[in-house]
Amino acid sequence: MASISPDAGKTAPPPVIAARQVVKHYGRVHAVDGVDLDIEHGELFGLIGHNGAGKSTLFKMMLGLIPPTSGEIRIAGTAVTGKGFRAVRRRVGYLPENVVLYDNLTGLETLQFFAQLKGVAYSACPNALERVGLAHAAKRRVREYSKGMRQRLGFAQALLGKPQILFLDEPTNGLDPEAIREFYATLRGLRAEGVTVVLTSHILSEIQERVDRLAIMATGKIRAVGTVQALREEMDLPLWIDVRIAPSDFDSVRAVLGQLPVSAIEAHDDRVSVRCARDTKMPVIEALAALDGRLLDLHVREPSLEDVFFGFSD
Amino acid sequence: MEIAQVATIAGKEFWDRIRNRWVLAVAAVFTVFALAIAYFGGAQQGAVGFRSIEFTIASLVSLVIYLIPLIALVLGFDAIVGERERGSLDLLLSMPITRFELLLGKYLGLAGALAFSTVAGFGLVALVLATQLELNALLHYFGFMLSSVLLGMAFLSLAVMVSVFATDRTRASGMAIALWFFFVLVFDLLLLGALVVTSGQYGGEIFPYLLLANPADVFRILNIFSLEDVRTLYGLATVFPAALAEPWLLGLVMLGWIAAPLAIATWRFRK
Repeated sequence: MASISPDAGKTAPPPVIAARQVVKHYGRVHAVDGVDLDIEHGELFGLIGHNGAGKSTLFKMMLGLIPPTSGEIRIAGTAVTGKGFRAVRRRVGYLPENVVLYDNLTGLETLQFFAQLKGVAYSACPNALERVGLAHAAKRRVREYSKGMRQRLGFAQALLGKPQILFLDEPTNGLDPEAIREFYATLRGLRAEGVTVVLTSHILSEIQERVDRLAIMATGKIRAVGTVQALREEMDLPLWIDVRIAPSDFDSVRAVLGQLPVSAIEAHDDRVSVRCARDTKMPVIEALAALDGRLLDLHVREPSLEDVFFGFSD
Repeated sequence: MEIAQVATIAGKEFWDRIRNRWVLAVAAVFTVFALAIAYFGGAQQGAVGFRSIEFTIASLVSLVIYLIPLIALVLGFDAIVGERERGSLDLLLSMPITRFELLLGKYLGLAGALAFSTVAGFGLVALVLATQLELNALLHYFGFMLSSVLLGMAFLSLAVMVSVFATDRTRASGMAIALWFFFVLVFDLLLLGALVVTSGQYGGEIFPYLLLANPADVFRILNIFSLEDVRTLYGLATVFPAALAEPWLLGLVMLGWIAAPLAIATWRFRK
């Protein structure tokens, strides 16, 4: 029996972050040039683009730090330029790009300062340090912190007061791979608690498997929004199939490959790579299977987000 | 306005200046200068040792009028532009705090540090001199201390204004030094020059009011007018009508000099 969802017919909940025709001009420079963007509750959303694409400017407008030249941004239903935005700020955490903290304070004092501003009890500070793995350095001055430790302290600051929305600008700058893994694990935990996370990055390989949706930004415009899969399909980029064969079979296999609907064949020392359109992937693989025995291994390389990204931004 | 936010910012600024020993250093400078002037101020006349509180204050006034504006400007010129240049301003402004609260907190914290140094530095000297002074003389000295604090507050307000307008720290320091030159060195010369050029025919009546347009002059008048013995020694002060020299009136003018630059700074910072 088909069940009818109780939500059927109702309108979707309003997006947590809604940008409408947002423009920011600095003289003749169009830093952000007509951005429309909806980010839903509980999403882990990535904003990617080259340096200077307009990500940080868009972020600062979302936080109400700079007013848009035109357009409107609403966070949790409240206009960022409006009077009521102070109350929203209490529920927002922000980690700026290349966060700068106060060298003369210890890690714990730093958090206590921001806790005071956010109206959060001091008792939350040691926990926040623990969460980012800085408990051992709580009494040390930030002056002595490494780049990665400062970044973690900045993240701990953003987490103070259990924010509902997190804005993280290039959050993994200066973190080593192990710390990056821990960082994303923390983000997944927060998402499970219903926190909406927006982060920017220019390291595409790092975020492509980790965000729910992403937007590609270039020269002040959002070029594409969607899941990684959707973007790949939308772009219809060709994929590569690597075939490993014994050197003695090289010529015969190449002859077979030449019959297939592929757009390029590259020979390497121990393998042959073929490029084919997405919709010919299965016919090609089936034809390769017929090589039977001569085929030692087969590997499909999907276009990376990088390819998608450069496809959109060029 | 939320007082708690102002207090948080002010507290950080104040304790930063305590911790890096800024307050201690400035207080020590004031103490050393005040003691030196009190005991050796008359050395030119061949006398060493404490003479009179009036001459001590008069000498201190001519020192403080250079020193305190400089210290206040150096203290405050990077209050906002410093945070902006370091990159920590965005994070601060992303907190639930208004720009006015941030500015006021910065000002009050720095003002607290400067006032504390001034009172501690000169107050120590008052303690040393206390046994040699009558109550009236002590009151004069406290008046000097209070007006010194006000002078510092006024120039600190100008410094914070500079820190909002300047686009980087280098420019802010240049603007601060320019303000110091203008108010402390150039302003009186310009006024005197104008008087001489016009042979005193014009501006004689507005001259005293023009003096009020300079917090350093207000400070000078406040102190010199309260001292009968030295009033005649100062040419500038003698042309000043006694009706305008009421301490409460001059005090109000000083408060105006504290409030106006802060108000302009707030207006600019919000834009």
